[in-house]
Amino acid sequence: MNVITNPGKLRGIERRVQVEKISRRGILKGLGIAGGFVLAAPVMTRQAFAYKTGAGDMPHGTVADPRVFVAIASDGTVTIVAHRAEMGTGVRTSLPMIVAEEMEADWSRVKVQQAHGDEVRFGNQDTDGSRSTRHYLLPMRQIGASARAMLEAAAAKRWGVPAAEVKAVNHEVVHSATSRRLGFGELAADAAKEPVPNVEGLKLKNPKDFRYLGKGQIGIVDLRDITVGAAQYGGDVTLPGTKYAVIARPPVTGGKLKSFDATDAMKVSGVEKVMEVQGWPWPSKFQPVGGVAVIARNTGAAIKGRDALKIVWDDGANGKYESTAYRTQIEEAARKPGLVVRKEGDVDAALKGADKVIVGEYYLPHLAHVAMEPPVALANVKDGRCEIWAPVQSPGGTREDVAKTLGIPQENVTVNVTLLGGGFGRKSKCDFAIEAALLSKAIGAPVKVQWTREDDIRNGFLHTVSAERIEAGLDKSGKVVAWRHRSVAPSIASTFAPNAVHQAPFELGMGLIDMPFEIANIQCENPEAAAHTRTGWFRAVSNIPRAFAVQSMVGELAHATKRDQKDMLLELIGSPRIVKLDSVKDPWNYGEPYDSYPIDTARLRRVVEVVADKGGWGRAMPKGHGLGIAAHRSFVSYIATIVEVSVGAKGQLVVHRVDTAIDCGTFVNPERIESQIEGAAIMGLSLAKYGEITFKDGKVQQGNFDDFPVIRMDEAPLITHVHIVPADADAPPSGVGEPGVPPFAPALINAIFAATGKRIRALPIGKQLET
Amino acid sequence: MIKVKVNGQQRDWDGDPDLPLLWYLRDEIGLTGTKFACGQALCGACTVIVNKQAIRACVTSVSDVVDREITTIEGLHPTGDHAVQKAWRQVNVPQCGFCQTGQIMQAAALLMENPKPNHDQIREAMAGNICRCGCYQRIENAVHLASTGV
Ligand code: FES
Ligand code: FES
Repeated sequence: MNVITNPGKLRGIERRVQVEKISRRGILKGLGIAGGFVLAAPVMTRQAFAYKTGAGDMPHGTVADPRVFVAIASDGTVTIVAHRAEMGTGVRTSLPMIVAEEMEADWSRVKVQQAHGDEVRFGNQDTDGSRSTRHYLLPMRQIGASARAMLEAAAAKRWGVPAAEVKAVNHEVVHSATSRRLGFGELAADAAKEPVPNVEGLKLKNPKDFRYLGKGQIGIVDLRDITVGAAQYGGDVTLPGTKYAVIARPPVTGGKLKSFDATDAMKVSGVEKVMEVQGWPWPSKFQPVGGVAVIARNTGAAIKGRDALKIVWDDGANGKYESTAYRTQIEEAARKPGLVVRKEGDVDAALKGADKVIVGEYYLPHLAHVAMEPPVALANVKDGRCEIWAPVQSPGGTREDVAKTLGIPQENVTVNVTLLGGGFGRKSKCDFAIEAALLSKAIGAPVKVQWTREDDIRNGFLHTVSAERIEAGLDKSGKVVAWRHRSVAPSIASTFAPNAVHQAPFELGMGLIDMPFEIANIQCENPEAAAHTRTGWFRAVSNIPRAFAVQSMVGELAHATKRDQKDMLLELIGSPRIVKLDSVKDPWNYGEPYDSYPIDTARLRRVVEVVADKGGWGRAMPKGHGLGIAAHRSFVSYIATIVEVSVGAKGQLVVHRVDTAIDCGTFVNPERIESQIEGAAIMGLSLAKYGEITFKDGKVQQGNFDDFPVIRMDEAPLITHVHIVPADADAPPSGVGEPGVPPFAPALINAIFAATGKRIRALPIGKQLET
Repeated sequence: MIKVKVNGQQRDWDGDPDLPLLWYLRDEIGLTGTKFACGQALCGACTVIVNKQAIRACVTSVSDVVDREITTIEGLHPTGDHAVQKAWRQVNVPQCGFCQTGQIMQAAALLMENPKPNHDQIREAMAGNICRCGCYQRIENAVHLASTGV
């Protein structure tokens, strides 16, 4: 029997040793036996929500069964399963904390156990789209409340009193009439025998009795491990006999291996084998692109071996992709009519009849995610089974893809999710895990595939490149009466389907068709754009170029009509109302029902007003300083940002202060919201100042942090203030991880304009301020 | 055969003397607290302390550190309670955490050299360490806290 009485001991070296013998499934099972809740067959419950979310429409929906998520050991240790991936948002703490809150568990006696990939058992695990809290606040509360009810029922039976007379309080159940109390550990075995209560009949805690939720007092569960080097990321798990591999991949998307010469590579000390890795033709979805693998006794030897390879590639159809020419092409496309994706009134007539038309043309290049941890995965394929340890955002998807690729049933694949050293959307794609599985199968040993930074930048799934063009028509009084926005960008759909030239609904819905301004004549268009490299989700996705264009245009309009930026913004947002998107075929709305998550301009106005107030909008500026503002709704949250900059005589940009107000509905962990928003400002500044991936002859021209720089501490904003706008009590939770990014760059650019009179319309800023 | 001393423990290495110390630590002796993120001395994720100085293990060969005292995050403090580690926890610095061991080693080395750095000195000394999650404000505050106690 596989009993682990103290899962907390499974740390660091010990955990590394244990991990080989005990699969995650084993650990869960062991906990069940050691504790009270014996894991039953998976029960899938599609919940009736107090407010509706799109959670039930996600693959495999949600599971709200306490027997799947909670185990209580006889010593009282409560183990709560975290089924979403931790990439820095704090979700591995926040979701279990919700369960602990509802079940009255004492957080100091809670252990968090990471779930392996199994969506039938745990519900959807695809950690992206800023969805975790949004989709799981209620199910996690229900799980906790069910566990609490089962513990209370067990105690009531033991004492022979009605269940209504007992109450769970801080890790014990109390019968106050007789001052009797029993700890959770003492009740665990009996509680497990109680039926799981019906969700409809559950009594959730009154929010005013919350001990943890909304308080922000609890550090992340991995805090100590992280600071002592014991936290395990993708590359930190090793099995006996592990071989280390790096892969040379085709430098052009869709390219293929022609031939290779491994003679010199094989001479490198430590190199054991060089072999071809299977690749899939473009569009290759999340499958590997193929190449040549060098397998060695350690990663350093493998890298050195790869440097010594001589390879001839066939570049294929994308060998001519060149960024300067492509930019011209999409900018031209933005000047011509394209597929109409939203239409209200008659924009052509209104522009023709306008007193003044302001045109803004904006360009944003490809970006690489450069999560601090490059992709890495360990796979062990043996006897028709495969076990994987990898930092994947979607362990369920990984399991499915690995099984399909290896041609084995999903039940034979176990995907263990390590911590992710950042994800930002890159690790939604599991190509690196598939590579490890293919190599392990081929050589019959565990294989760890490590991507170098160069691999990450040159063979990733880049953020799209885009041209945005907005024409705004003003009447005599300066009121905006016409708005045409054309957005031209290769679609993520091109990674899945050949010849996808239009944006998918989920891309159109990120800042284009959901534009909230109150303007009589609105038209949004999406001219065609062909893709020549793999594109993928990048934190906040299409919201980055759209918010940049729309909010820069607000600044341009304010200047043209001599108005204050914030006043102009509020005027454009218009009256407090629910925006109607009747002319849009598929409004998408982040997958959420519009009734629960409408575009509510009152909330957008409110974050603007709050940030203006708290951020000191209109305060006197020293010479050379300027303030800029931008607001954007994304991932069904509302954000507004003010940036204060100064620009020196030689163009030196200093960000003195950032203020961001966020309304993300009901929230769980304000401390992590703050850290996400602080980080979003840095990522926003990185992409605004430096972010640019360019192509020549089909190849990415950058490779590391020297030619694809990101912000370092010496140029980070001097201070970032985060203002969380409390939402109405019944406001459903909304996204936090991504929405902080989009408004930053336009607020910065508007601030630079205020400081210098220079309007930047193409990112990155690069040397534009120097001239 | 090369003799290497890591966290006070003497070891022998009979492989490639040019092997970057990073991969020796991670893959050969299982000290995975030291991270790989750029391999080109551009990010600081692999920072370890050698003779009281922060160095980048990704560009340092094993043969370069013969007869030196190498300290990795695992050996920074016996119970993980170095002033810098404690400050990091108090300020809730990490997001994903991946860069943090390198940041902590860099900060520890800074405080050995300059026990009371001011904010400009902190920002300058820590500028070689990238945090893609953007925890800089908290890193700065944590270094300050570790050096001053407030
Ligand atoms: S990995 Fe060594 S400095 Fe980046
Ligand atoms: S905490 Fe994620 S890179 Fe620094």
